[in-house]
Amino acid sequence: MKIWPGQFLAAAAGAVLLAGCNQSASPGAGGDTIKIGEFASLTGSEATFGQSSHRGTQLAIDELNAGGGVLGKKIQLLTEDNQSQAGQSATVVRKLISSDGVAAILGEVASSRSLEAAPICQQNKVPMISPSSTNPKVTETGDYIFRVCFIDPFQGTVMANFARQTLKLQNVAVLKDVKSDYSLGLAKFFKEGVAAGGGRLAAEQNYSGGDKDFNAQLTAIKAANPDGIFVPGYYTEVGLIALQAKQLGITVPIFGGDGWESSSLVTIGGAALEGDYFSTHFSPEDTAPAVQNFVKSYQAKFNETPDAMAALGYDSAMMLADAMKKAGATDGAKVRDALAAEKNFPGVTGTITMDAHRDASKPAVILEIKNGAFKYVETVAP
Amino acid sequence: MNFRHAKTFLLGALAASFLAALVASRINPYWLYIFYDIGISIVMAVSLNLINGYTGQFSLGHAGFMAVGAYTSAVITNQFGELNFFAANGIFAVALYAGGLAAALAGLLVGIPTLRLRGDYLAIVTLGFGEIIRVILQNMDKVGAARGLSVNHGWTNLFWTFGLAAVTIYVVASLVNSTYGRGFIAVHDDEVAAEAMGINTTKYKVTAFVIGAFFAGIAGGLYAHSKQFLTPGGFGFMQSITFVVMVILGGMGNTVGVILAAILLTLLPEGLRMLSGIEHLPGFTAERPLGWIGDTRMIIYSLLLIVLMLTRPQGLFSFRRKRN
Amino acid sequence: MTEFLQQLINGLAFGSILALIALGYTMVYGILRFINFAHGDVFMLGAFAGFYLAPKIAVVLPLPSIAGAFVVLGISMAVCAALGVLIERFAYRPLRKRPKLTVLITAIGVSLFLEYAGQFFFGAAPKKFPDILPVLPITKIGGLSLNSNQIIVLAVTLILLLALRFIVMKTRIGTAMRAVSFNPEAAALMGVNTDVVISFTFALGSALAAAAGILWAINYPSIDPLMGILPGLKAFVAAVLGGIGNLPGAALGGIIIGVTETLVSGYISSTYRDAIAFAVLILILLVKPSGLLGKKEIEKV
Repeated sequence: MKIWPGQFLAAAAGAVLLAGCNQSASPGAGGDTIKIGEFASLTGSEATFGQSSHRGTQLAIDELNAGGGVLGKKIQLLTEDNQSQAGQSATVVRKLISSDGVAAILGEVASSRSLEAAPICQQNKVPMISPSSTNPKVTETGDYIFRVCFIDPFQGTVMANFARQTLKLQNVAVLKDVKSDYSLGLAKFFKEGVAAGGGRLAAEQNYSGGDKDFNAQLTAIKAANPDGIFVPGYYTEVGLIALQAKQLGITVPIFGGDGWESSSLVTIGGAALEGDYFSTHFSPEDTAPAVQNFVKSYQAKFNETPDAMAALGYDSAMMLADAMKKAGATDGAKVRDALAAEKNFPGVTGTITMDAHRDASKPAVILEIKNGAFKYVETVAP
Repeated sequence: MNFRHAKTFLLGALAASFLAALVASRINPYWLYIFYDIGISIVMAVSLNLINGYTGQFSLGHAGFMAVGAYTSAVITNQFGELNFFAANGIFAVALYAGGLAAALAGLLVGIPTLRLRGDYLAIVTLGFGEIIRVILQNMDKVGAARGLSVNHGWTNLFWTFGLAAVTIYVVASLVNSTYGRGFIAVHDDEVAAEAMGINTTKYKVTAFVIGAFFAGIAGGLYAHSKQFLTPGGFGFMQSITFVVMVILGGMGNTVGVILAAILLTLLPEGLRMLSGIEHLPGFTAERPLGWIGDTRMIIYSLLLIVLMLTRPQGLFSFRRKRN
Repeated sequence: MTEFLQQLINGLAFGSILALIALGYTMVYGILRFINFAHGDVFMLGAFAGFYLAPKIAVVLPLPSIAGAFVVLGISMAVCAALGVLIERFAYRPLRKRPKLTVLITAIGVSLFLEYAGQFFFGAAPKKFPDILPVLPITKIGGLSLNSNQIIVLAVTLILLLALRFIVMKTRIGTAMRAVSFNPEAAALMGVNTDVVISFTFALGSALAAAAGILWAINYPSIDPLMGILPGLKAFVAAVLGGIGNLPGAALGGIIIGVTETLVSGYISSTYRDAIAFAVLILILLVKPSGLLGKKEIEKV
């Protein structure tokens, strides 16, 4: 093998020159469109969440454009896929900001991937709204980072209080997904809440997202004899967990967070989920026209019922558009200020007010699964 | 590598990457970070080539060593606040080196007991160790477990990535061209014969493994300070396989080929991304006429992989006589 | 004690499906000496074949029913057998004379292709696998829960293993398979058509993967295009553990992995569940470098 230093140098220099020519586009909006960037896990292990979120976002953008756009301009949504892989989000968000010159960034479902992108948005002073990253750290990155979902401490505490006060549970077991930061976060604050309320942790077991067999964990939980099981996971696993629990003869209620919200949950879990509870953003029984319209147009467009991720994706885009209208500009700093000042924004996932930490402050609803449908139980104010 | 030129190459490449780092601020950040990815891939692929290509030991756990280096260096640099230019680069050098050493140590621990296994058995065991490293990290609360670890400093730059890529190439090339290093190739060509000729094959295998792991650790450090966020999931066996593909596509034991394959495979997905983003094409009336590539990007990628392997099984860039 | 027995049943049920997948790995390896990385994805396609077939078959035969389930199983196995033959013909055969690592990369390519194409065509969201077997009431013996599906999985695994053993040991094509496995050149010289034997092996291995896919989906009725990755990996570990190339070894390996994983996650810690299979493998290979039932390869000098 031969390498000539000259060749290598020439190649390196050529590469640098090539890239140098590719100067960054002017930020903000140019021409008659406003560019908004979205990064999502459209393929790979978490594609199902990323696609839902993306559909919600897409629906919002389509509706906005049908209504004449924002500030008299059409919105162009540039979506980049990160294959659910670590390291990719940083790359695609840099592309969206420096090559495409987007005015704002929407994304992601997983906190770990939002945390990759947030510092880049902050550094470039491009507002970023995460639809459904619940880790408190995401918005702590800086004053340009927002979210429209709950944070783990709120939802964890809500479910702990619900378990202690409404369900009157003494001994709860926790079955969490060690691969998911969302699950870890919820479990942590739930356990703290239960301990603070005088309850006891009967057992704690783990699984990894993507697992299908939970018999070992559930058998161990059954032996600990809890009076309720908290499963802060996603609907992809929860249906199977409920099925296997019933097969093992576990009859105590199982409950979880907004990761449960999807029509797939009941399709997979079926009757095994009867009498189980979860906290989420809105009740499908909600008669508010915004909610009903959203559910209707989503079904018409994608031929499926929207899940929580889709609703949050929708709200993130709608709130961004609202802030741009209020700011009267697409300029990063002005949109940021408008976002931070959002009050009582009528989202489909509830009435959202941005708090001082740029987290969405909105009530949680608790739903029960009855006859294969989600029934409203109670609302918990933040 | 023609050995007479090796030192010239190293010095030249170091100087070039230093100069490149000086003009980095003029480069579009998206491309700049793709260059970092390329440099990191080169370090990973060339070091893996020492194990897989030259020594013929099939390792599927290279991303595990990368993880060890990434987390070690990140934990070290996270101890420091904002530093001036010299202190920052000094600390970074130390952290990268420490990451490399930690990975080398992991390589030694994995290597000694397992390298007496052959072929596919070794492959699955290295894959297993890679996964075990990932699962351990996933359960280490001190480094954030599945929540991930934020890396405070983005110290990776063109000088460090391409400088260290050059060092990796230099070390691996010099090693296999030295009298001592011929032993690696002997182990690859015929282990039994090599043993009979008095070569301590286990020692060679462990050496290759430890050196390979060391550079994987360094690449991990570069990765950590370029992405600035680490999750255990980023170092799964699919990552290891990406690097194995680079080695095999480049032509095992062919450093230039492996470097080119590392560049190609890092650029390929981004290139497809660019194609799908083209707004107008002459002759097409639709907007984003290649937008469908965005949806099918990874399908195209996997098909290309199959086609490349079928059409150039000896390696994409192997133009020389094949050794056996 | 009840808990222990329950965990043992859980482990056996889980392990026997792993065993079925492992059989496919080990058969291909025995003949071609290469790891068919796409095997886990053929397993996934088996489940999806069943998913799309079931509503069509329900028109002719009542579902859920035992007969209907067997028809779904049979057709899915046939579909995947054909697919396995195609994959071998187009992706692996052109490289047969090349180093095994080259074939491994095309196998990885095929695997990625099936996964991404699956996400594109089937959608990434998990789907409910239809109930094709009548759900029998859960049997409870002294606090133990044993469901009918678990028993069926165990039984079908056992039947398929015996059938496989019969094919390999007692039939002409089986003899040819063993001959090719022993020495492909010599077998070819003796008039064995190696291409046919290899195609047959792929058909058989892929049919087993499809059977495992259906059984898996009956037990864990949520299927998605990436469902094959983890079971595929664990089954591969099981095949190596038992001694790759060895049929009873693969079955034994599957059971060992299933039971150990269940017992360790039930009693010690479920945190490290994904690492357990590998830890067991490494420990066993350190003691027996060619697996539990594998033959020590004779060094040729």
